[in-house]
Amino acid sequence: MMAISRRTFIQAGSAAAGATVLGVGPATQWFGLTPDVVHNPGTEGVKVVPSFCELCFWKCGILAHVNGEGRVTKIEGNPAHPLSQGKLCPRGTGGTGLLYDPDRLRQPLVRVERKGQQVFEPVSWEAALDKVAEGMQRIKQRHGAEAFALFKHGYGGDWFKRLMKAYGTPNITHPSYAQCRGSRQTAFELTFGNGVGSPEVTDIENARVLTLIGSHLGENMHNTQVQEFARAIERGAQIVAVDPRFSTAAGKARYWLPIKPGTDTALLLAWMHVILEEGLYDAAYLEQHALGLDKLKAHVADKTPGWAYTHTGIPTQTIVETARFVASGRPASLIHPGRRTAWYGTDTQRGRAIAIMNALMGNWGRKGGFFMPNSMGVAKFTGEPAYPEHKHAADMPKGVVYPFAGSVLSHGLRDASIPGHAEYDIKGWMVYGTNLLQALPDQNKTLEALKNLEFSVAIDVLPAEITGWVDVVLPEATYLERYDDLHTPGWRQGFAALRQPVVPPMYESKPGWWIAKEIGKRLGLDAYFPFDSAEDYIQQRLAKDGRSLADFAETGVLLDKASPCYIEDGLAPVFGTPSGKIELYSQQMADAGLAPLPDYEPPDEPPAGHFRLLFGRAPTQTFGRTVNNRFLGEVMDTNVLWMNVRTAKEQGLKHGQQVMLVNQDGAKTGPIAIKATQRIRPDCVYMVHGYGQRAKGLKFTHGKGASDSAMVTRSSIDPAMGGTGMNNNFVRVERLEAV
Amino acid sequence: MGAPKREKRYAMAMDTKKCVACSACVLACKAENQVPEGFCRDWIVEEVRGAYPNLKAENRSERCNHCSDAPCVDACPTGASHYAEGGVVLVTHDKCTGCKACVASCPYDARYVHPEGYVDKCTFCLHRVKEGKLPACVTVCPTSSLTFGDLNDPESEISKLLASRDHKVLHPEAGTNPNVFFLS
Repeated sequence: MMAISRRTFIQAGSAAAGATVLGVGPATQWFGLTPDVVHNPGTEGVKVVPSFCELCFWKCGILAHVNGEGRVTKIEGNPAHPLSQGKLCPRGTGGTGLLYDPDRLRQPLVRVERKGQQVFEPVSWEAALDKVAEGMQRIKQRHGAEAFALFKHGYGGDWFKRLMKAYGTPNITHPSYAQCRGSRQTAFELTFGNGVGSPEVTDIENARVLTLIGSHLGENMHNTQVQEFARAIERGAQIVAVDPRFSTAAGKARYWLPIKPGTDTALLLAWMHVILEEGLYDAAYLEQHALGLDKLKAHVADKTPGWAYTHTGIPTQTIVETARFVASGRPASLIHPGRRTAWYGTDTQRGRAIAIMNALMGNWGRKGGFFMPNSMGVAKFTGEPAYPEHKHAADMPKGVVYPFAGSVLSHGLRDASIPGHAEYDIKGWMVYGTNLLQALPDQNKTLEALKNLEFSVAIDVLPAEITGWVDVVLPEATYLERYDDLHTPGWRQGFAALRQPVVPPMYESKPGWWIAKEIGKRLGLDAYFPFDSAEDYIQQRLAKDGRSLADFAETGVLLDKASPCYIEDGLAPVFGTPSGKIELYSQQMADAGLAPLPDYEPPDEPPAGHFRLLFGRAPTQTFGRTVNNRFLGEVMDTNVLWMNVRTAKEQGLKHGQQVMLVNQDGAKTGPIAIKATQRIRPDCVYMVHGYGQRAKGLKFTHGKGASDSAMVTRSSIDPAMGGTGMNNNFVRVERLEAV
Repeated sequence: MGAPKREKRYAMAMDTKKCVACSACVLACKAENQVPEGFCRDWIVEEVRGAYPNLKAENRSERCNHCSDAPCVDACPTGASHYAEGGVVLVTHDKCTGCKACVASCPYDARYVHPEGYVDKCTFCLHRVKEGKLPACVTVCPTSSLTFGDLNDPESEISKLLASRDHKVLHPEAGTNPNVFFLS
């Protein structure tokens, strides 16, 4: 310890700043001799690494701080990244909770039988990868490569897609299409010839009127959209929220329409009726760009607000008033297309109605509507041989075609794994980063399919329930420990973002690219992986345009030059429909034998004593992917059942009371606590998706809350694109017996 | 009594209209300040009034109000709770005995006892502010609902915001002269 003179000692006692070595011991405390210092928690990194997030699919730019001991202390938003603009949502902030999750998969596991019991045995990577290659090879020999399917979710999935294409199967699927945003995407493609994509090309920040119909933006925490939502509010934009629940966004709305669930299309048609009858649409825009206005007028002539009232429960006058209000904002009156729209099996028609409403506002390509995205042209990777030929996918039942399926249907491949269901049977699965027990409707079918497989492997970070059903489990490194391909989405300004390791992989986990390449090697598919590492892969792509990884060193992001993205910039919109125009009337639908103008079909009514089960999101969670995150769990660690206060009273239920839910088919989940609230209609209940996890290995979340997935035993299939409508399930509440 | 007059008066304006109650502020604070498990220095309040279907909502991100007449500073027997730079109310860990007099005196319930024995709460991230950065909650907020700055500077963003927008403080009846303002 340094020598201290008497004089220094006195100074320390009388000044706020000074030597800190004295600040110990009760004697000095009581005499006020301890100097007041501003405590520094020391979380600023000695190293700050830019990368992009994987806590959801938005892929925001992050800055990860690493301290002197090599530990990630905090994650901030990357100011240079267009999707985060220096900000993050709670989940992005909570990435450390995934990295340091004590329940992470630590080593490869293989299912073996010991004393008549099936157990997982930890094995070396060599042994595990050999086993995977053997299983895949056997299926290929016995049934053909097409009998093997890949289910994937998350950005690392593309390495396995490459593996599957090389292996020779078309059965590559992601539940985010048929179980989530597929119907919306297809509806916009049918109407505008362009999907809304991900990130969506919604120009929220310039909207004057923003209509949210089935979108709970703010609880649905897509960073950039929420940032724009707030900026729009600041600029005085008005919000129309159509939701059976008083969502966070409804709390900011000029109009909240607590619509009867499943009747959105009736409201949309009545809005069109008013707008067309009163001439409130953008006639010049439609004249120039759209086909089928007269047919639409005739179609909605009898879809009066009075008619819609009987279905939606929204008063006639309110429908008229809101139609006029929505139209008053054009051409910056955005009707948000939503995201998960796999609701009633009539969702493409509903999506078409939303698309048509946007067309009437003259929105596509316009400021405050939908911008026309630019993307950074980074050359594609080349150098692999041509991929082998294969049969078509087995994702539709024998003799059935969903004409506008824009992607392989996940539930379809699941069903094809039950013998005799499809043109040919699926015999093996690779599951990357998606817990199919929660992602797909009808869990019993998924379990039946799993039991019919000859071989299955899961690649995951956490021991999600699906990992308990497969033969081999491979532990992947988290997004903070690995490289992935560059991210170059369409956005107002094109850009490329780099994902790179912030810290080395923990335990024996390995990055996805390595796992895929090693399996490929064992299958004799080396030629399809002509790169040493993901770094080398990216470097090869960049080199073609004279760029290099070093260009990302400073910010992790390369920005393209700013380019126009609005009609107002002088850009002409391009519609990729067969006619090259906006198709209000869809000849494609007509040709496929489907309603060419959106029809309204009333939803099923709940049986007596039952409520329609609605589910959605909370800002701190991305479904089952995050519920085991202890850091995020500090804000929210379970779900509750929203029930109208009066309904709860009628049912004799108290706020906070634990109950079980039983659906129309006798499936049960819970316990879950009642949230008696004014914020929801009396005829439905609501919970946040992702809880009720049955996997015991997820020690933090196991046993917390209820699973909406367990209640989705029925799904209505969308005839246009094959999506699964999952909101046609009803639950009743069962009191917990005193134990 | 009260904070001595200083060159700067640090304050925060919280926009209840823009806030979506996402809790990014809570988690960013916890990460930045190593707030122990089970505790937080800031928190979200979603206040909903009325009866279905006529409802009004207000979202607030709340924290220590860094009052200019802070009861916690008056209540502290050891001088641990004090006014620091810019009027920010801080607790000097080594002076605090964990007696909780401050916890009882705070009308905002902003303080908790840290497992290491001292009382802890929001510091406006003064360690960051001194380095020219904004508090962690302000930095992360996706809706930019939080504005931090110097009220003694009429040109600061926060001074301008408070001059142009309706605002309120929490528990004005407590007479604490809080420095966190809620824009409505």
